Amino acid sequence: MTDWEPVVGIEVHVELKTASKMFCGCAVSFGEEPNTNICPVCLGLPGALPVANAAALESIVRIGLALHCQIAPQSVFHRKNYFYADLPKNFQVSQFDSPVAINGWLDINLDGTTNRVGIERAHMEEDTGKSLHQGGGGRIHSATSTRLDFNRSGVPLVEIVSRPDLRSAAEARAYAQDLRALIAELDVSDARMEEGSIRFDANVSVRPVGAGELGTKVEIKNMNSFRSLERAVASEIERQIALLEGGSRVIQETRHWDEEAGSTRSMRIKEGSSDYRYFTEPDLLPLVFAADTVDRLHSDLPELPADRRSRFEGMGVEAGTARVLAMADPALRRIFTEAVAAGSDPMTTAIWVTGELTAVLRKTPSSKVAGVGLAGLLAMVKEGKLSSSAAKEVLTEMVASGDEAAVVAERLDLLLVSDTNAIEAAVTEVLAAQPDAVARYRSGEEKVIGFLVGLVMRSTGGKADPKLVNETLRRQLVG
Amino acid sequence: MADLADLTVATAGERLATGEASAADLLDAVIRRASLTEAELHCYVTIDHDGARRAAEESDHRRSRKESRGPLDGIPLALKDNFCTRGLETTCSSQILSGYRPPYDSTVVARLRDSGAVIVGKTNLDEFAMGSSTENSAFGPTRNPWNPERVPGGSSGGSAAAVAAGSALAAFGSDTGGSIRQPAALCGVVGFKPTYGLVSRFGLVAFSSSFDQIGPLARSVADALTLFEAVAGHDPLDATSYPGTVPEARPSLETGVKDVRIGLVRELSGEGYEPAVTAATNDMVAQLEASGAIVSEVSLPSFAIALSAYYLIAPAEVSANLARFDGVRYGLRVTGETVEEMMARSRAEGFGPEATRRILLGTYALSAGYYDAFYGQAQRVRTKLINELANVFEQVDVLVSPASPTTAFELGAKTQDPLAMYLTDVCTIPANLAGTPAISIPVGLDADGLPIGFQVMGPALGEARLFQVAAEVERLATFDHRPEILAAASDRL
Repeated sequence: MTDWEPVVGIEVHVELKTASKMFCGCAVSFGEEPNTNICPVCLGLPGALPVANAAALESIVRIGLALHCQIAPQSVFHRKNYFYADLPKNFQVSQFDSPVAINGWLDINLDGTTNRVGIERAHMEEDTGKSLHQGGGGRIHSATSTRLDFNRSGVPLVEIVSRPDLRSAAEARAYAQDLRALIAELDVSDARMEEGSIRFDANVSVRPVGAGELGTKVEIKNMNSFRSLERAVASEIERQIALLEGGSRVIQETRHWDEEAGSTRSMRIKEGSSDYRYFTEPDLLPLVFAADTVDRLHSDLPELPADRRSRFEGMGVEAGTARVLAMADPALRRIFTEAVAAGSDPMTTAIWVTGELTAVLRKTPSSKVAGVGLAGLLAMVKEGKLSSSAAKEVLTEMVASGDEAAVVAERLDLLLVSDTNAIEAAVTEVLAAQPDAVARYRSGEEKVIGFLVGLVMRSTGGKADPKLVNETLRRQLVG
Repeated sequence: MADLADLTVATAGERLATGEASAADLLDAVIRRASLTEAELHCYVTIDHDGARRAAEESDHRRSRKESRGPLDGIPLALKDNFCTRGLETTCSSQILSGYRPPYDSTVVARLRDSGAVIVGKTNLDEFAMGSSTENSAFGPTRNPWNPERVPGGSSGGSAAAVAAGSALAAFGSDTGGSIRQPAALCGVVGFKPTYGLVSRFGLVAFSSSFDQIGPLARSVADALTLFEAVAGHDPLDATSYPGTVPEARPSLETGVKDVRIGLVRELSGEGYEPAVTAATNDMVAQLEASGAIVSEVSLPSFAIALSAYYLIAPAEVSANLARFDGVRYGLRVTGETVEEMMARSRAEGFGPEATRRILLGTYALSAGYYDAFYGQAQRVRTKLINELANVFEQVDVLVSPASPTTAFELGAKTQDPLAMYLTDVCTIPANLAGTPAISIPVGLDADGLPIGFQVMGPALGEARLFQVAAEVERLATFDHRPEILAAASDRL
């Protein structure tokens, strides 16, 4: 039986959050009344002309640089011709053979392993309007009428095309997540999958392991979450393998992911590539990126999630936690950095920040807890002044009140009793009351110690340091 | 005293300044002329009686308060019907835009309104400016004032005929392959295509974006310059608009042509050129030489294949530019069972045969597998021609040629033969391919009493030299003929 190797490439569309649209002065704004942010240019009225948005161009250069791409010194807009009711000019201003950015890469991390995924290109284009099909289940062919909203028409879009370097559905998901984190870091887009401000399409094919040539690829669309992206790719890989093993062939087509059915279905067959009759957009001049501008944008890039992940790993944080922390909210990362600077162990701190602190802040958003405070809390755990479970309670209260860990622990009466005299007394008292257990222990039944520890803990109200209790018990039992 | 409708813009301006005439008088004169000639000539698609009246009254009011805005304040002008005019029907002489009222003014229209010009109406054209005779109008052809059995040329035939007939003192047109200069030549008026980028295309309904350029049609070289000056200059709404200073041409109107190096283009003569046209061209060249110009014959081999390149690139751009007319948002909608069917039917019914032909030609030229052989090759020819022109302009200051190989031909003579029609643009197309300025000036009449146009071409941004030579051509030609129809019209007054 043949072993199959999946080959996956991802195309990402990122809507930029510039103040105005790509080629006109209309506001880029989501959730407005239909057809309120429109003008002759983005409606494609006769005679209207595009003027390129400099802020959008700066954003795509930053994206290209963050993906280690070469920025073309000169780049050209093309017209991509096709008829669609929500495409006002019936051509999309896009880029064909002269994109802004080419030949980059993104290091992704999956299960502790880092893989370098090639980036073929990133190009600039404009978004279309939206078709709202009425009746017939919202699908174009069964709808009774269609309403058009052009608010989105002309919103700047960056399309990022990966090389077919991904080998599993899980890798596809990791790539998508890491790329989204990078876009969020650059602050060029809202990058919300559920709102469509970042959209992932996957090109999937399979081939026998060891084969040099790629199999026939299928494009899959309509994935609204990272989970559905992973499921869709996995489902498509399975479908293709089943086809090939059954003696059929895969046909080149676009397939639509159906989240409920958990499978893809055919949207349109495309034998060969579609003929979009690309040609140079005569209404726009070639884009020229001066070397010093590119250099400035490069040096102004923030630290990127992949670099940050490496930095955390270098500090001793395990890869999986480092990845989560690298993509975490900046406020959380700042707390981590401050806590480590105040002396906390990086790995322990990372676990607390990505685990308990993230959970607490999700429930109770607050800015009251600082890195120094967290360091204080972790030090108390380390020194045996707080149990881990009590520490979680303390953290919740710290977030709510902003008070220091020691103060909170005392107020909630959660400090462990580490007063040896008190523990000695409690142990003596328990042993006196349990002659049977003492006798069993002394005859070699060591597991009885657990029962005795429990009794001491109960008698101290759960606040005694369990380690200390254990030691004291053993000493007195021997003695 | 001559009819006000026959004045140049300059003379009308003097009358306004002295108070001998008002803007309302000028408007009355051209409207009266239109009422006498329109039934026969059909220069206009729309006459904006109310808007023009209001503009004329406002102009007179400004003048009475000594707040007049300059040489165009109160001057009745016509606009080709492919300039967007806010609230005023803009049809491009196409069924698909019949009844379409733009929500905005094109930049040129906005600047004309600011200059105080009175916009009389919108003139007829070949549908979407595609044609050389104004016969491709969905609303019927325009006829040539010099002989109504003849075409006025095109595609700005309505504007050229209106200026020749006196139903406007001057007009604006658009020139993609000669659409200002060729009708100007056939109608005996001056037509000027500026350097690409000097006049904003914002709001001009696009035919072929990389060639389209707006320019004036007028009764004198000086008037053409006045109109150009009123609308030229950088426009942030047009990315292809030239960001620098507009060349200053007015001082060179009076300098003559002594020691100016003039090149007569060898490729724009010979077979296909009417003897009267060749004779008039050579005669003018001899007169220029006699006036002190240094004349030589020059060769630009790419001119011979410019037409072929143009008829691939322009349709390619048309196929995309005209894709937006689909019945979805504005214009003609013919319903269908599906959106695709609605679009297809609207387009099939809305576009005339020439627009359809060019859309198909361009779609084909851009198709996978054909792109490089057609569109790609045409772009290489264009580059070659630009380089040849740049070299030639090292040796000469301007190039001269006929503006059209023939005088006005009869209606219907070429409508069944698109290639013959395309060949009428052979003299004018090179300047569009190169984006360089060119002007046509009437220099005489043929044996049938039809005007002959003489073309002067300059290097990019060489408007000063261009107008220097054009003004001398105008002085030497002393073209003071009038179409007979005007005498007849005057008799009916």
